[in-house]
Amino acid sequence: MISQVFILSSKGDHLIYKDFRGEAGSDVVSVFYEKVTALTGDQPPVVMSHKDLHFVHVRQGGLYWVATTTADSSPFTIIEFLNRLTALVKDYCGSLSEKSVQMNFALIYELLDEIVDYGYIQTTSSDVLKNFIQTEAVSSKPFSLFDLSNVGLFGAETQQSKVAPSTAATRPIQSSREQGGKSEIFVDVIERMSVVIGSNGVLMKADIEGEIKVKCYMPSCSEMRIGLNEEFSIGKSQLRGYGAAVRVDECSFHQAVRLDEFDTHRILRLCPSQGEQTVMQYQLSDDLPSAPPFRLFPTIERDSGGRLLMYLKLRCDLPPKSAAINVCATIPVPKGSVSLSQELSSPDQSAELKLQSRAVDWQIPRFPGGTQLSALFKLEVPGLSSASMLEVGPVGLSFELPKITVTGLQIRFLRLSPVQPGPSQRWVRYVTHSDSYTIRI
Amino acid sequence: MPYLGSEDTVRELRRALSNPNIQSDQLRYRNTILKVIRAMSQGVDVSGLFSEMVKACATVDIVQKKLVYVFLCSYATLNPELSLLVINTLRKDCQDPNPMVRSLALRNMTNLRLPSLVEYVEQPLTAALRDRAACVRRVAVLGWAKLHNLQPNSEIDAAVVNELYSLLRDPDPVVMVNCLRALEEILKEEGGVAINKPITHHLLNRLKDCDVWGQCEVLRILQRYQPQSEDELFNILSLLDASLVSPHPPVMAATLSLFLSLCSGLPAVSLAALERVRGPLLAACGSTSREMRFTALCHIQLLLRSLPGLMGAHYKRFFCGYAEPAYIKQRKMQVLVELVNDENVAMLLDELKGYCTDVNTDTAQAAITAIGRIGRSYSDSCLQILTGLLALKQDHITSAVVQTMRDLVWVCPQCSDTVCLALEGCEETLQDSQGRQALLWLLGVYGERVSSAPYTLEVFIDGVRCEASLGVKMELLTTTMRLFLCRPAETQDMLGRLLHYCIEEETDMCVRDQALLYYRLLHRGIGETRKVLQGRRSDPSLGVLIGRPAEPISQWARSFNTLEPLRQGTIETESASRGSPEHVTFEPKTNTDLSDTLSCSQVEKVHSDSDSASRRTDSCADVLASSVAVALSLSLFPALSPEEFEHLWLQRQDLHSKQGAEKMVEEEDYVCLEASFQSTAIPHCSPQSLQAGLQLVNIQTLAFTPPHTLPWRVYLYTHAQHGHSGDAPRSTLILGELLHTGEENNRAGAKKGMCDGDVGVEGMQAERVREGVQTTDDGLSGKESVRKEEEVKVTLKQQPRDDQALKGFLSILKTVLHTLSSERN
Repeated sequence: MISQVFILSSKGDHLIYKDFRGEAGSDVVSVFYEKVTALTGDQPPVVMSHKDLHFVHVRQGGLYWVATTTADSSPFTIIEFLNRLTALVKDYCGSLSEKSVQMNFALIYELLDEIVDYGYIQTTSSDVLKNFIQTEAVSSKPFSLFDLSNVGLFGAETQQSKVAPSTAATRPIQSSREQGGKSEIFVDVIERMSVVIGSNGVLMKADIEGEIKVKCYMPSCSEMRIGLNEEFSIGKSQLRGYGAAVRVDECSFHQAVRLDEFDTHRILRLCPSQGEQTVMQYQLSDDLPSAPPFRLFPTIERDSGGRLLMYLKLRCDLPPKSAAINVCATIPVPKGSVSLSQELSSPDQSAELKLQSRAVDWQIPRFPGGTQLSALFKLEVPGLSSASMLEVGPVGLSFELPKITVTGLQIRFLRLSPVQPGPSQRWVRYVTHSDSYTIRI
Repeated sequence: MPYLGSEDTVRELRRALSNPNIQSDQLRYRNTILKVIRAMSQGVDVSGLFSEMVKACATVDIVQKKLVYVFLCSYATLNPELSLLVINTLRKDCQDPNPMVRSLALRNMTNLRLPSLVEYVEQPLTAALRDRAACVRRVAVLGWAKLHNLQPNSEIDAAVVNELYSLLRDPDPVVMVNCLRALEEILKEEGGVAINKPITHHLLNRLKDCDVWGQCEVLRILQRYQPQSEDELFNILSLLDASLVSPHPPVMAATLSLFLSLCSGLPAVSLAALERVRGPLLAACGSTSREMRFTALCHIQLLLRSLPGLMGAHYKRFFCGYAEPAYIKQRKMQVLVELVNDENVAMLLDELKGYCTDVNTDTAQAAITAIGRIGRSYSDSCLQILTGLLALKQDHITSAVVQTMRDLVWVCPQCSDTVCLALEGCEETLQDSQGRQALLWLLGVYGERVSSAPYTLEVFIDGVRCEASLGVKMELLTTTMRLFLCRPAETQDMLGRLLHYCIEEETDMCVRDQALLYYRLLHRGIGETRKVLQGRRSDPSLGVLIGRPAEPISQWARSFNTLEPLRQGTIETESASRGSPEHVTFEPKTNTDLSDTLSCSQVEKVHSDSDSASRRTDSCADVLASSVAVALSLSLFPALSPEEFEHLWLQRQDLHSKQGAEKMVEEEDYVCLEASFQSTAIPHCSPQSLQAGLQLVNIQTLAFTPPHTLPWRVYLYTHAQHGHSGDAPRSTLILGELLHTGEENNRAGAKKGMCDGDVGVEGMQAERVREGVQTTDDGLSGKESVRKEEEVKVTLKQQPRDDQALKGFLSILKTVLHTLSSERN
């Protein structure tokens, strides 16, 4: 049972406040903000209490999404609800930010009114909601010259229009109503990777959590069939043949997915509702089908002048045609490091000593597969001792691998039936990203 | 309009709202209303616009209607009279052919929260229960709950309740779930909606039609159902099996909760259910949402209490990600500590070592503490890591390491050699008071083994003038005294200086009194001083609590899937971090200090009961200081292992039950005694404080049930000695059990069973004790005597027999328990 729901900006501005049961006053909003800003960081901020009232909050898009409730309610339910609310707001407003929430507050009030009544969650399915939500979304798109570049001379099709811009999927679902021509469907295969590689180069832990997300902008779509790799297998026992099997440990599906063709042909059938939904989730632990994408060869020593020398060679083991983007290596350095001088192998890279986080951030915007980059960092550390070397590392990498899935999961085909009248576009996108790729030194 | 004051804003808006030009232009009208709502949600008081907004309500534009309703529902309570005007529009809308308009009108009619309008609302609400459209019925059902809560005292129409019960069979699942919710609120006084067999099975069959939220609600309400037979129970369980492994964490958690409540009598089935949810829970631990991950981790901690081996093979799933927030990392470390075993210990320590140099100091300290916890079982490798960390010479790491070492040495005395070696040179890096206190304690206790101890102390003593922390000063005094006992030549001079400063110049009374106490103690001679100051260095028996056995599921089943496990964490992490007062109080180290410094002559003096009643104070010091006739000393040596205890306890019991009452008299060297205390708070005391309190008087607790459980038990033992009449001291072993069954005080039956045939002495004694307790209670303020009296039953077994010692022991025990309970109050 939810007593109130409110949304606060990170600066504490009241964006949305909705009281469902009239049990507590609106002053709890400021109480919440005081509490959350008073946190020192070592306390778990998810649940806080004030008198009889309990605040449960999630942080998404730089905003606090807060529900107040009683002590005996299920945290799983409340947190899932808040996450679902953020997803709905994202679907309806296009993106999740302070600005979009501010501009669409009427829409969000309307949404809240429909999904919760008297503190009880009624429905959060976008299929049901689309009949009730009347307000149009106001999208906050800044004027950009890039928008013009898509339109060729005299309206001719240009090369760029073959690839969907990355912002294509961040628009409100409802605008499809009047722009009848833009009926699109996006299928995203997203994998999150967390890896620990020991100092001897041995893979110590690897976890992949993947999901297939469907984002549908079609006003009506009766059935969609998603074909996965035929050699896709679940669990350890089912390895068949000699082919490179695509294997996951565990797999779960959205309840709307029909699996009658899954066992034989690996086809998922579903009727996507408008907006975003996760069709399938899967996990794979410890047993990667390919080598981990990055290897690090560090040499760390003290030179005679008391400086710390770090010579790092980073190799990208992806296939030659693909590349990793937005690679950022964070190398913790000893406390008291003062300055950094660097030699990087190419001009587009950059490195910076972050005193706040006591680390060197090495940014590589693009890192093609099969290549190797090197960097030499010289650090001035007053009072460097041999023990300080212990503080160097482990190196944390974060990166994105576009067009690649580490498990090898692919979408063979995507069919819509009946065939959509008018121009409809189907997009399949793959991405693997990691914010927890740790290499010990 | 940020540059306008709120009054100007309202005036501006009012002008716009009443402008006929704007009113005739639908879009402009809507935009103006939008501005009002925006101002409202930004916190501007726009209640003055109520009458204008009421007018705006009569429109065909649904968006505008919705906006106006948002406004009206927020301000209706301030304008009850004007709200009457809206009712007409709303009632008209209830007849609208569009079901959306009908449901909207109905919902907002019930959301106005005005008791005066109830009479106008009831009729449309009744009609709406039979509406064709499901969305209207959904609103109507909940509307009744809202009405009922508006006038909680009014009798709800039985016809409505019947109608709601029949709507449980509504084809729309949301209507069904809403009926459950509404009935639950309306019938709150009768204990909520009646869950009988047909309803249960109906709900279970409809479960798969509901969405996630509906399922959770149904599963939660079904917890009240008691299956009539085992067959039925297993039928239900098999129906629920699919949702137990649901990919939706809320459903999974609600199902497990229901499972645990249904199978409370079948522990094996419950354990099997825990095994089943392992997969979904682990998946939730890897969820994209950090908050969901945190929730799952907290609940895994609960599960581990009953099934420590549950996640053993999956320990890698709890390794911390580089970018994870600190609160998740700390939770994961707490879980990792629980999962340690012979196979993974190397891997785990390696991982934890990596966290020790984390940028976030709290995370780093949590990692060090975690290593210390593992060190209780695998001390060598952990100490190696800890000593390695000292070389980093960073204040927060050193401080955490020294504190961890102090706690480790207290439990594992075999580590002391390594620790003593590692301590050299630490004082230069230590900055915070907690770390310095820990260092001082270690120096005091192991001073003879740390060669540089006097020099380290000298630095502290020279700087005592600028010392801000009270704790450090107190610790410094004790440490210097202790070091003086083992290395007098090096320490005498600085002890003199310190005592002089503390007595002559120190402004804090605590420090000054402590110094005076030591000063006078030294006057009594070195032997006395040694007796007082040289206490125990370690307490291996604490290990019993660490390798604790699996708890029964019923201990935590009630709090599963509530906010409690998440909040508990707050407290735990707080006390795990340094600086919180509870931590300081319950830290084993502090206990020793108290017991060492306060047990002035190791002779606990027992006083008569009435005396204790009049002198009952909060401080244990006073308990010990109060003087009396019988000199009795308690000691913990030789230590008794839990197995030995159990053996002795059971053996005595057998003996007792086998032999008849008359034989008891002949059993010269054995005595069994039962007594009871009226003590309101004892069973709710935390085990730490109870243990600390009892150790203060040298009573060792061996095992507890956690607080708030029934029956609540504590087992304890001590060796009693009294050299009363000058002859050779007799030593006797006393075993005891505290039992609290939660029943109301039953004085007549307080002394029963095992003791019946006992000799007169014991009977009288128990009688006296009870009287004493009564006077205690009567002597208290009115507040306390009003409170419900609860009884703690004490069973004591003694060997060899020594009535006086037993009497004394009982009295000491009673005083401690009273002190503890009064502290709690």
